Amino acid sequence: METQDRIIITVIGKDSVGIIGKVCTALADCHINILDISQTIVHGFFNMMMVADMEGATVPFSDLSDNLDKLGESIGVQITCQREEIFDMMHRI
Amino acid sequence: MINRYEVFETNSMISDMNLDVRTITLGISLLDCADADLEKCCSKIYDKITTLAKDLSKTAEAIEKEYRIPIVNRRISVTPIALVGASCCKSEDDFVKIAKTLDAAAKKVNVNLLGGYSALVAKGMTKADEMLIRSMPKAFASTDTVCGSVNLATTKIGINMDAVRLMGEINKQIAENSALPDSGDCMKLVVFCNAPDDNPFMAGAFHGVTEADAIINVGVSGPGVVKRALEEARGEDFEVLCETIKKTAFKVTRVGQLVAKEASRMMGIPFGIVDLSLAPTPAVGDSVADILQEIGVEYAGAPGTTAALAMLNDQVKKGGVMASSYVGGLSGAFIPVSEDAGMIESVEKGAITLEKLEAMTCVCSVGLDMIAIPGDTKATTISGIIADEMALGMVNGKTTACRLIPAVGKKVGDTVEFGGLFGYAPVMPVNPYSCDNFVNRGGRIPAPIHSFKN
Repeated sequence: METQDRIIITVIGKDSVGIIGKVCTALADCHINILDISQTIVHGFFNMMMVADMEGATVPFSDLSDNLDKLGESIGVQITCQREEIFDMMHRI
Repeated sequence: MINRYEVFETNSMISDMNLDVRTITLGISLLDCADADLEKCCSKIYDKITTLAKDLSKTAEAIEKEYRIPIVNRRISVTPIALVGASCCKSEDDFVKIAKTLDAAAKKVNVNLLGGYSALVAKGMTKADEMLIRSMPKAFASTDTVCGSVNLATTKIGINMDAVRLMGEINKQIAENSALPDSGDCMKLVVFCNAPDDNPFMAGAFHGVTEADAIINVGVSGPGVVKRALEEARGEDFEVLCETIKKTAFKVTRVGQLVAKEASRMMGIPFGIVDLSLAPTPAVGDSVADILQEIGVEYAGAPGTTAALAMLNDQVKKGGVMASSYVGGLSGAFIPVSEDAGMIESVEKGAITLEKLEAMTCVCSVGLDMIAIPGDTKATTISGIIADEMALGMVNGKTTACRLIPAVGKKVGDTVEFGGLFGYAPVMPVNPYSCDNFVNRGGRIPAPIHSFKN
């Protein structure tokens, strides 16, 4: 797996039932494999980060990004999808 | 693998601290567009720019989406037009025609500014150089995107005082003929000592003759990120302070490097340099003056400001140099007055003067930038201010510049409004005593003794 295929998805917003489920379903529909999930809830505020692999994805990055934006709007959270390189560049020498 | 804290740190820099890539600037050589026929020259220029830069905006948008990092400006720099137009321009109006062509090309590819309406005259002016310079008032008034610069001096050559005198007059004429309100056309002109060939920032960007056919240069920013990092280091000693700035500059510059490489790959145009500058905007929390205040001076301009700025500038470079494979351009802290809310406040408080700003330019990246002065300031006085700034650059072997706005009809205490990223500026007082006899001598100031290193 190439590093450039890895994406980071962050979800921030008010906690509610099924946020992770909906995001995972959206990714599975595009054949995107989830590598790692970590999350916390502080004072009802949902904060999640997901590492996923786009290698076998059936949609291009920009479509996925738009879809997740729309999903975020529909469930009232902010979903951000970014390529992993920006974090690697900033935090790894 | 990247952890959650690192991800949230990066994203909060972007969303809360105004971290952005200030500009992707595509440098384009127009040397091969020179032609004895003006019409042919203009059509070659238009075709080359619109072909090479056709995907610039699209590329920037794609990168913004992939990394969620805002890229504020997409810009173009071209070979100094005095060289390109030398064989076909017989009058000032001929040069204005090229300016209009550049403007049309810039608009076609959707860039907001295009730099390179420039002349390099550190030792002397050719006829074409002088015609281009004299055409500037009309060229800037009849275009929206075209910016120009004139290199008046270098450490190796000295200062062309004939050109310095001329630029004082031209600066006034641009102010008087300005199509933008409050003499705003003056924003489009910078005069330099030691102008870099690969500067991505406007208005001084041009594509130097030492450069390849086309190149991608990127200017990063991030005063807000540095300010926030320094808030964590309140009360600590200089060692901690410097380490904090360096680490922050490293992170900011890495983003610029990533964007530059990605833009280069997507457009198939080589990567030139990353310019590691702290470039402020009038937005709250995006100010270099605020960093100086955080370091410990009450307002920018208070005693200690020059030392604080020297340290800031040096640490930004030390952190940034390792983050990028090629660093160039101006690289340092910018201290424009109108584009920095903290600087504007310092002027309004009376904390900072033109003379203090001049001292600060000895230790930061550029010069007297975006400073409004009274409209009745004499041309020779403007030339005198320019000469002082050129001397600082020449003797210290660094880039210095002047971008002054002698706002017509305005006096000290008035405010000029430029709008958007350019902000507003209180009109600053200028030393009232004359330098006519000095400026009117004519000729050149020779290069300083330490330039003879061969």
